[in-house]
Amino acid sequence: MRVLMFGWEFPPHISGGLGTACYGLTKGLATFDDVEVTFVVPKAYGDEDQSSIRLIGAGDVSITRKNVKFEDLQRKIEYYEVESGLIPYMGPEEFWQLKSLEHKDSSRYIETDEMGKLTFSGKYGNDLLYEIYKYSLVAEVIAKENDFDVIHAHDWLAYPAGIAAKKATGKPLVVHVHATDFDRSGGSVNPQVFAIEKEGMDCADRVITVSNLTRNIVIEKYGIAPEKVITVYNAVEPVSSELKNQMKKGVDEKIVTFLGRITMQKGPEYFIEAAYQVLQKMDNVRFVMAGSGDMMNRMIKRAARLGISDHFHFTGFLQGDDVFNMFGMSDVYVMPSISEPFGISPLEAMQSNVPTIISYQSGVSEILNYALKVDFWDVNAMADAIYALLNYPALSQILRKYGKEEVESLQWKHSAQKTREVYLEAIASVESGITEN
Amino acid sequence: MKTVCLYFQVHQPFRYRRYRFFDIGNDHYYYDDYSNEAILHKVSEKCYLPANKLILSLIKKHGGKFRVAFSLSGIALEQFSLYAPEVIKSFQELAKTGCVEFLSETYSHSMVSMVDPELFAKQVKMHDDLIEKYFGQRPTVFRNTELIYSDEIGEQVAAMGFKAMLTEGARHILGWKSPNYIYCGAAAPQLKLLLRNYKLSDDVAFRFSNKGWNEYPLTADKFANWIAKINQHEEIVNLFMDYETLGEHQWKESGIFDFMTKLPAAIIAKKGISFRTPSEAANKHNPISVVSVPHPISWADEERDLSAWLGNEMQKEAFDKLYSLKDQVALCKDPDILKDWNYLQISDHFYYMCTKFFSDGEVHKYFNPYENPYEAFINYMNVLSDFHIRLDAKVTIDPVAIELERLRSLIDEKDKKIEELEVKSAKKRTHKKVEKAG
Repeated sequence: MRVLMFGWEFPPHISGGLGTACYGLTKGLATFDDVEVTFVVPKAYGDEDQSSIRLIGAGDVSITRKNVKFEDLQRKIEYYEVESGLIPYMGPEEFWQLKSLEHKDSSRYIETDEMGKLTFSGKYGNDLLYEIYKYSLVAEVIAKENDFDVIHAHDWLAYPAGIAAKKATGKPLVVHVHATDFDRSGGSVNPQVFAIEKEGMDCADRVITVSNLTRNIVIEKYGIAPEKVITVYNAVEPVSSELKNQMKKGVDEKIVTFLGRITMQKGPEYFIEAAYQVLQKMDNVRFVMAGSGDMMNRMIKRAARLGISDHFHFTGFLQGDDVFNMFGMSDVYVMPSISEPFGISPLEAMQSNVPTIISYQSGVSEILNYALKVDFWDVNAMADAIYALLNYPALSQILRKYGKEEVESLQWKHSAQKTREVYLEAIASVESGITEN
Repeated sequence: MKTVCLYFQVHQPFRYRRYRFFDIGNDHYYYDDYSNEAILHKVSEKCYLPANKLILSLIKKHGGKFRVAFSLSGIALEQFSLYAPEVIKSFQELAKTGCVEFLSETYSHSMVSMVDPELFAKQVKMHDDLIEKYFGQRPTVFRNTELIYSDEIGEQVAAMGFKAMLTEGARHILGWKSPNYIYCGAAAPQLKLLLRNYKLSDDVAFRFSNKGWNEYPLTADKFANWIAKINQHEEIVNLFMDYETLGEHQWKESGIFDFMTKLPAAIIAKKGISFRTPSEAANKHNPISVVSVPHPISWADEERDLSAWLGNEMQKEAFDKLYSLKDQVALCKDPDILKDWNYLQISDHFYYMCTKFFSDGEVHKYFNPYENPYEAFINYMNVLSDFHIRLDAKVTIDPVAIELERLRSLIDEKDKKIEELEVKSAKKRTHKKVEKAG
């Protein structure tokens, strides 16, 4: 079975969890002898790990020779200036930085280089929607040029590409929902993004969601038939032992950590309020908010107003080893997300032996037993859980001991196996002619 | 002559309210009165009251041939007197028939038997005093919380003067032996052991309404036939279960009350089978052999051990922290603190912290007011922290202070004696004077 997979990014050139998840899944799929994956990204850098897949960069495909007319293109493409509310899946660290640079690209035409190739930045820029449509055009070409059995498109950025490939070849389409705009926007959905997402799900023969939480959103908000929506949970790559706990903390105080984008979706304000409550009862504890985002300044102000700034620290954006160093120093990890389709970071914390508190509003809470769970808005419960982990040793002990085991049992090959089953279903549904569309 | 021994357990815990860490030191009321009252009313209406009524009518109908035993925890009795005194009244009516035996247990439905023999004996006495007060009979047969038993516990129970004790007929301790005889303790041969026939007991308690069970539906005649078919040399069939089986675990709609209505007649009709209460059974039958139980057993789960209460780190820490306060509590006379101390020991608190249900245990979930075991642990530890602070405020465990307290009570005691003797001698003097005058 040959899979043509469309994504937006691939390690090491990633800005968030989407690329990591795609990488894990393709590696898992590679353990099956009968599955062969061709992965397409807008821009390939050449240094990606291609041991388990073949990687194509859309920017490397020449389209003039394929008789795509430019006059047509100009009519086909609508160009949207990306609004400030739009934040694509987990990448936004860079998006936010780009935005704050007031990056403006006013090009209205598709430009090709002298070889007839489209140029892709491969980033989340202000002209994101423009890139997405460029990408879908190239996808059509790639689909016609390659031989495959099923199309797999990751998240809304790649849905148009998946749809184009399906229209060009009639092969079954599986779309993979890593997040919806309802998660990113906190309810005020961008209508253009919503339209792209819905079209992708409508055209798909099967929809994969990363949790039942997301599955329900897909069924209820996008009106997709429940029978074609299947949950396949993400997994996590095992970490090498030398990476773990490299750094020990320098203070004899407990450290409670929030790590993620400081945006509304992640619920940073609930973490601050909980910190305030805990600090009323004990003072040998410090709280750390690691990450950056559009709510950061507000959070700094809030901490100052509560008068806890001497025990509440902001680190800014952390990358790579710093993330594991931060976990190494932490006694408690909190993820108070308001809406988290899956949530990979609690798994990374648990891998690093850090007891973890997660919100019920996260997909990962559906599969974890050895994590404390609270409603994101229930600041009292969150504070209580933090206090208990810091004061009642048996609790953190049990979470540490069994949490690690639990996370290690979440393997990409299991996710891949389930994905493979979804492919077979999608292929069967197209062959028997009972597609939804 | 074969005996059927039927015993029902009656217990309801005092559930805690959501007690947050910022309540520690500020708010000393721990209980969820609303839930406690609501649940007790619900169970009283579905189970205790109709079941007591049924059993009373069956006893009257069979003129003394239907006999049954109950064990009521002190905590349950406290709740009845608070929220549903009519339940106590209906048990008192049962007691008056002379066909109902009340068993001994720990007042708090606690696991104190695992900790301290002295405290264990004290709680048993406290319970038996209450039973005597309500029902006019002093228990002679002991049943431990969740039928927990080991050789060591058996020895302590025998030392308290009990002639018999109930426990589980766990397969791993019996091996090829049958539970249908009376056995005796390895460390205390004078203590007779009545072992629960888990197969027949669970047929009623767990499988009765299970439509997937190949014996469904279970009728009284079928059940009586099973008992009659048991090897004629075997002497006793012990059917031990929660009283809530009638009407609460097995709903009225399942036909459990019909089953119970017909069961006594169906069993009495069989030749050579009669109902006996545990103490009657212990008098009638002699032990056939010794059973050795080095590690404690219980009637819970597949493992029949203590893992549902003391299986994980949280449960062990909570339990150890609780009983680390026992010496300090022993010096405390404050009635509120002692009351909270009794309620802290209720075994259910530890049951709620069980993590076994991650893999099995629908049963665990059913009885659990908490979302998950961590919440149960956090809540309990918060309550315990506040309790500890209050205890510290009342009782210092400074050794000098303890010595002072001891001397003070010694002086008090001697003072009392002197007073008594003075009164006596004063009486004697007046007596003599009267004599002289006479």
